[in-house]
Amino acid sequence: MSRRAIRKFINLVALGLSGLATAVGLFFLGAILWTLIRSGVAGMSLQLFTAMTPPPGSSGGLLNAIYGSVVMTVIGILIGGPIGVLAGTYLAEYGRTARVSIIIRFVNDVLLSAPSIIVGLFVYELLVIRMGHFSAIAGAVALAIIAIPVTVRTTEDMLGLVPQGMKDASTAMGAYHWRTITSVIYPAARSGIVTGLLLAVARISGETAPLLFTALNNQFWSSNIAAPIANLPVVIFQFALSPYPNWQQLAWSGALLITVSILILSIAARIVVSRGAGGR
Amino acid sequence: MNTVAAIEPAQASAQRLRERVFHGATFAAALLVLALLGGVAISLLVGAWPAFAHFKLGFLTREIWNPVTDQFGALAPVYGTLVTSFLALLLAIPVSFGIAIFLTELAPVWLKRPVGVAIELLAAVPSIIYGIWGLFVLAPVLQRHVQPWLIDWLGPLPLIGRLFQGPPYGIGVLTASFVLAIMVIPFISAVMRDVFETVPDVLKESGYGLGATTWEVIWQVVVPYTRTGMIGGIMLGLGRALGETMAVTFVIGNAHRIGSSLLAPGTTISASIANEFAEAVGDLYTSSLVALGALLFLITFAVIAAARLMLLRLGHKALSSV
Repeated sequence: MSRRAIRKFINLVALGLSGLATAVGLFFLGAILWTLIRSGVAGMSLQLFTAMTPPPGSSGGLLNAIYGSVVMTVIGILIGGPIGVLAGTYLAEYGRTARVSIIIRFVNDVLLSAPSIIVGLFVYELLVIRMGHFSAIAGAVALAIIAIPVTVRTTEDMLGLVPQGMKDASTAMGAYHWRTITSVIYPAARSGIVTGLLLAVARISGETAPLLFTALNNQFWSSNIAAPIANLPVVIFQFALSPYPNWQQLAWSGALLITVSILILSIAARIVVSRGAGGR
Repeated sequence: MNTVAAIEPAQASAQRLRERVFHGATFAAALLVLALLGGVAISLLVGAWPAFAHFKLGFLTREIWNPVTDQFGALAPVYGTLVTSFLALLLAIPVSFGIAIFLTELAPVWLKRPVGVAIELLAAVPSIIYGIWGLFVLAPVLQRHVQPWLIDWLGPLPLIGRLFQGPPYGIGVLTASFVLAIMVIPFISAVMRDVFETVPDVLKESGYGLGATTWEVIWQVVVPYTRTGMIGGIMLGLGRALGETMAVTFVIGNAHRIGSSLLAPGTTISASIANEFAEAVGDLYTSSLVALGALLFLITFAVIAAARLMLLRLGHKALSSV
């Protein structure tokens, strides 16, 4: 073979392998979704949404777990969202060139990839020990801590996309900085900020590790946020590892439910950003 | 001429007050981010102190983990954490590299976005889903088809043979590494894709102009240009793998020992904490688990900090997907 033919051959093999690698990645996404649908759909019924988690052997649903997950996710994003947006605003506007911002950005990036179980331990030391028991509010705080870095990052990025001319125009009208931010910059970056919040919700609604020893679990209905509360991820964890077929079926149905919601949220976030003016 | 209305002094001072309050609120929120990291570090140290004080350095060097006699050592979980993460990277790096090349250099424009989004969605799937899938789907497949093959062909080899001996349990260190690899592929490939896209077209075009093939341009222009960013992405993936909890907890088998075989059950730091923390009785037991958490925090902090420093050069914008 000529040298040219060898080079072309190597090229073909390398590019073929990269195509294969992509196929492998897509295969696993497909395999996971297919397993979830095949095993989860069997348990999809109205009862799933209307009945409590059952004792082994009898029928039931996931109502209390779904409720608990929604409650903690909502409280988590209500605490974490505003803090994240404000901190992102500081990094993008007031402190864009401040020296402390470099450190804050760096620390935020570290928190963004920090193991979530560490956050669980932190909240355990911070709240659970002091309150003396596990509680929904401790779980929500753990989720909020995970939501904050995601929101900070997306908010800063999205505010940075607002054209300088718009800010200057507002300032030239005599507006104070806070007025420029709330009346000009936030509306212009709204879709981007919403995307960040959606991504944060998607991130925290599937988190399991930080809930294991903050919210724990609850076999029954509880609307008391100072008490342990059932939640989908921990129920899936416990039920999947149990030897009871009805529990395992509920685990699969819960897994399908949670994955589909998160994928819908993630896709919705992308649609918002590609439609909105603040998109990239 | 008097076209500019004078602002009432009272109104102006109200405006200034709001400005100060808003500025203060954003600054406080930003400082809270710093406080979070500090709080995590302090609370872990405080919680871990009894264990460190009791076992001293022995905590790091002993394999024993016995809640009955209150003897705890971190060696087995630390070993498991490092080995599973290392193996996961070994499997994930080539695949991620391939995906990133496909997305930046190969895929036709209409295919780029859907495939890219699909890979990103793989990153959005919660880790507990990987765990349940790994336990019920992947582990049986590995046990039936892959592990017997490894035992037959690699087991008798000198040196590396020991890694592939023993019965095919299905769950164990190797299976955990496999699941971790699938989990970190989307993270590493997303970073690699983003850094590959920072290569100026002029550089690549000069490569092509000299008659280089696509692969030669990738290997001799794109890769050298993006080396730091690539390593940063890999280390970010390593940070993920080190701290990953649920996916590993399902499939590693939770045995506090260091097996010579990769097919044997083991444990990792995060899996030990997830499995035992809620049921731990006794201050020393709890404290030992928090001490494990402190070790994990130290290891991942060092890795993630190094990764972020390497990626800093690329600027913020390119990496919003991770």
